[in-house]
Parts: sequence; C-alpha cells; structure tokens
Amino acid sequence: MVEVGLTHFLVVSAFLFAFGLYAIITRKNAILVLMGVELVLNAANINFVAFSRYSNYGLNGQLMALFVIVLAAAEAAIALAIVLNIYKTFGHVNVDEIDNLKE
Amino acid sequence: MSIYDLIFYLFATLTIVSALMVVSSDNIVRSAFYLLATFFGVSGIYVLLGADFVAVTQIMVYIGGILILLLFGVMLTSNITNVEIKKGTAKILPAVIGIGILLGAVVSVMTRTKWKIHLTEIPQTTSFELGKLLITDYVLVFELLGILLLIALIGAASMARREQE
Repeated sequence: MVEVGLTHFLVVSAFLFAFGLYAIITRKNAILVLMGVELVLNAANINFVAFSRYSNYGLNGQLMALFVIVLAAAEAAIALAIVLNIYKTFGHVNVDEIDNLKE
Repeated sequence: MSIYDLIFYLFATLTIVSALMVVSSDNIVRSAFYLLATFFGVSGIYVLLGADFVAVTQIMVYIGGILILLLFGVMLTSNITNVEIKKGTAKILPAVIGIGILLGAVVSVMTRTKWKIHLTEIPQTTSFELGKLLITDYVLVFELLGILLLIALIGAASMARREQE
C-alpha cells in the first residue's frame, strides 16, 4: 500500500459523491433524497479540506468547508419544512408521485 | 505503513461502507443511523487533514443538528409500525451504470492528474487562524451567512407551522 496522499482523500470523496448521487436518483422517499444531498455536500467538503492541506492557500479551504456546513444546515431545515407540508397535503412523501402543484 | 495510513484506511472504510449502506438499506431509520457513521468517518478524515475545528463543527452541526432533523422528518412522515420505504426498482440498473461510469471517470481523473503538492505546516490549533480570517477577509460572507440562517430559520418555522384552511 502506498503512503496516504492527496489522491486518497480525493478518491474517498469521489465515492461519497457517487453514492449521494445514486441516492438522489433512485430513492423515492424525499428524506432519503435529502440524505443523498448531505452525502454530496460532505464529498465537496472533503475536497475543500484536502486541497487546503496539500496546497499553499492557507486555511481558506477549511473556511469554505465551514460555509458549506452552514448552508447544509439551512438547506436541511427548509427542506424538512417543505417535506412536512408535502406530507400534510398528499399523505406521503414519495417524490415520484407528487406531480400536482395544487391540491 | 505508518499509523497515520492505518487510521486513514480505517476512517475511509467506515465512511464508504456506511455511505453504501445508507443508499442501499431498505429501512429508512437504518439509513439515518448509517448516515451517523458516515458523518463520523468524515469527521475523522478532517482530523487527519489537520482541520480540528471543521471536524468538531461537523460533529456538532451534522450529527447534533441535521441528523436529528432528518430523524424528526422520518418520524413525522412515516408510520412507526411501517417504516419500509418504496424502493426504486425500474431505475436501479441505469442508475448503477451511469453512476459507475461517472465514478470511474472521476477516480481516473483524480488519480492520473499530477497534483502540485505543497505540504503546508498546519498550525497546532486552527480555530485562532480561522477566527482571524472570519473577521478580516471573510467578514462579508460571515455576516451574509448569519442573515441567511435567520431567514432560513424564520422561513422553515413559518412554513412548517402553517395551518390548513
């Protein structure tokens, strides 16, 4: 096994990204789609922090990761509110069956 | 193989295997708990990259906030006795093929590129430097994020509490 370098972290992040995208595409429950979005955001964060470590741009990458975490928190709160409204309106949260804008 | 590599492989395996379980588990509650393991593994990877503050923030915000929010979402939108979710069946094969091609392309690009490695000296604790950057270079982003969080909070609360007429 080779010594752990930048590439290893990037490959882990690529796997997380692929799994997140898979969840977004195939899952029908809206909350599982949200989990996929969180995985994708985590993959982006790993890239930010890894490049921050292995290049000479200082701590800017880590700061971007912090901003992404804040945005993820806001996104999760809004998305959960929307999902609750969908559940109140339709009685389920299957994203493939929700095709009406009005009740 | 140093202890650093060993810990990296441990956390990488934890992250990837639990992420795979998140997307392949049939039970939505189980998916949420595998997501906890994924977040924990990612936080360990941050520690290995010398980002202690980001790692702690990851644990506090993701595991303490977002995951709890998702679990509340699960509990409010499913019957506890029947938490099995509808699985996508028809789309799984094309999705696997497409994602496989994408993953192969991304991994091959990542591994073949000659990255300009410049191993910087990470300060012992990053929180002081991060805080200094946050109130100098990034002060506008900082303020905007504060306002955005306030808007998101008010919007989410008003949306979730709206009564049906």
